[in-house]
Amino acid sequence: MSTVELSPTDLRNREKSRGSLVLGFGLLVAVTFTLLSLFVLLARIFTQAIPAFRERGTDFITDTIGSEPGISGIWPGLFGSFGIGVGVLLLAVPLGLAAAIYLEEYAKPTRFNRFVIVNIRNLAGVPAVIYGVLGLIIFVGWLRPITNGGSVIAAALTLSVLVLPVIIITGMEAIRSVPTGIREAGYGVGATRWEVTRDHVVPYAMPGILTGTVLALSRALGEAAPLIMIGAITGLLPETSLTGKFTAIPMLIYNWSGRPDSAGGAIGWSNSAAAAGLVLLVLVIAFNLTGVLLRQKFEKKRVGT
Amino acid sequence: MIQVQAVQPERTAESSVVFSVRDLNVFYGEFRAVRDASFDINENEITAFIGPSGCGKTTVLRCLNRMNDFIESARVEGKVQYHGVDLYDPQINSNEVRRRIGMVFQKPNPFPKSIFENVAYGAKLSGRFSKTEINEVVENALRQAALWDEVKDRLKASALGLSGGQQQRLCIARCIAVKPDVILMDEPCSALDPIATARIEDLMQEIKKDFSIIIVTHNMQQAARVSDRTAFFTTEINPESDRRTGVLVEIDSTRKIFSMPSDERTELYVTGRFG
Repeated sequence: MSTVELSPTDLRNREKSRGSLVLGFGLLVAVTFTLLSLFVLLARIFTQAIPAFRERGTDFITDTIGSEPGISGIWPGLFGSFGIGVGVLLLAVPLGLAAAIYLEEYAKPTRFNRFVIVNIRNLAGVPAVIYGVLGLIIFVGWLRPITNGGSVIAAALTLSVLVLPVIIITGMEAIRSVPTGIREAGYGVGATRWEVTRDHVVPYAMPGILTGTVLALSRALGEAAPLIMIGAITGLLPETSLTGKFTAIPMLIYNWSGRPDSAGGAIGWSNSAAAAGLVLLVLVIAFNLTGVLLRQKFEKKRVGT
Repeated sequence: MIQVQAVQPERTAESSVVFSVRDLNVFYGEFRAVRDASFDINENEITAFIGPSGCGKTTVLRCLNRMNDFIESARVEGKVQYHGVDLYDPQINSNEVRRRIGMVFQKPNPFPKSIFENVAYGAKLSGRFSKTEINEVVENALRQAALWDEVKDRLKASALGLSGGQQQRLCIARCIAVKPDVILMDEPCSALDPIATARIEDLMQEIKKDFSIIIVTHNMQQAARVSDRTAFFTTEINPESDRRTGVLVEIDSTRKIFSMPSDERTELYVTGRFG
């Protein structure tokens, strides 16, 4: 005979208690709400954008900006956004990574360095418009001899500064997560700090670094406010040059959304704005996907399969 | 790559002594982790460091190849002479020190790279070998670490696919490939099962003719089985601050430490009545 006294309620499944049912329902509502708003947004963009693509076809991509939605394309905007993307990749990513490496691997934990790190974190939360003011003063104003004023170069520089904190912070977190054992293994065979960083720490941290890069790039491609500040053009025929007047897709979306749809044409500005939004979306998703694929490659290496 | 001026060891009458440590004190910030340790380590012998947790044996071990350099708050006082050269002389290149005094860690820590790349890494960095020589170095190191037969058909496979014991032998091979003079082992078997442990212990006997080995171990039987000499460390509690400081109680032949130690504390520890 067992001496353990067990009442039928002792082994009751507490998963079915009222509290957990309510919580489960609450979580479900939250997820549904999120997905639903995303779905509404996408559905709206798609239904608005389809007439524009049907009317214009690939001309919508390759044409320059026109005075009517029926003849307008986004080529200068695509050029500007692409230039900004490449600029951020070439400037902000190496600079941010270098800063992250320095702060994690080299800088001593002095009061001053802690102060610097706290401030980098704060910078990540500064509104984009403020960076626009900064870009206007520094890159459009002081560095005019290099940027020639409000150009793609000035925009790429401004947005690079904007996304630097994000790259630095995610990079630092990725580097911090590298196991001590890997560093010690490198030092143990006589590698220098730089050799260990280059050969082991950075490759191991690569998935996290790539996550930061994707986040930063997506953010840079989507920003309109700083571009307004540094004087991206929204009128007709900006040039497609690195140092001339420029525009970018978010600028076109912003500008076209505000225009009244004329009664005459087959499509209105709102259709063009939605179509431009769709192009931007595809661009960002393409970048994200590349990042995810690269990340998987590095992660596989990390677990050795 | 940066070529460094090698420290020429002075081969004098004392050539059988690899390390001569005098009045070693190690601090972490204000806290003194090790007090006044003095001892000699002989060439081509296995020396075991034993003692209870927190007695400073790992800290002392890490002073011998300047691994403590990477701990921001660590400070080393006293003399650590390696073949007569002061390792803490400001002119010493600490990377060159670690190349000559290799290390195997508690937890097997292969790089997340191929088996070949793991073993080749340190040898490649040293810049002493051509590409074809590297292949030879890798094979020899793996043979010496008794791992060659198990991995020769999958040198390009990831090292992370090996078992724990194989990984630890790979780490030993990686260390050997740099052709060090001394191998420091920090509880190399504590994460391994008894069979893998036995293999590592056999391996240590095999390679001791080529290297001087210092092993930190929690396992007294292991110290008794593998080592020629044993150093016993213990902790002393400061009555004022209640903090523990590691001290070296004695170092002697392993047989003597385990049969008739000079210090009562050693006897209490090795007979299992303390620690």
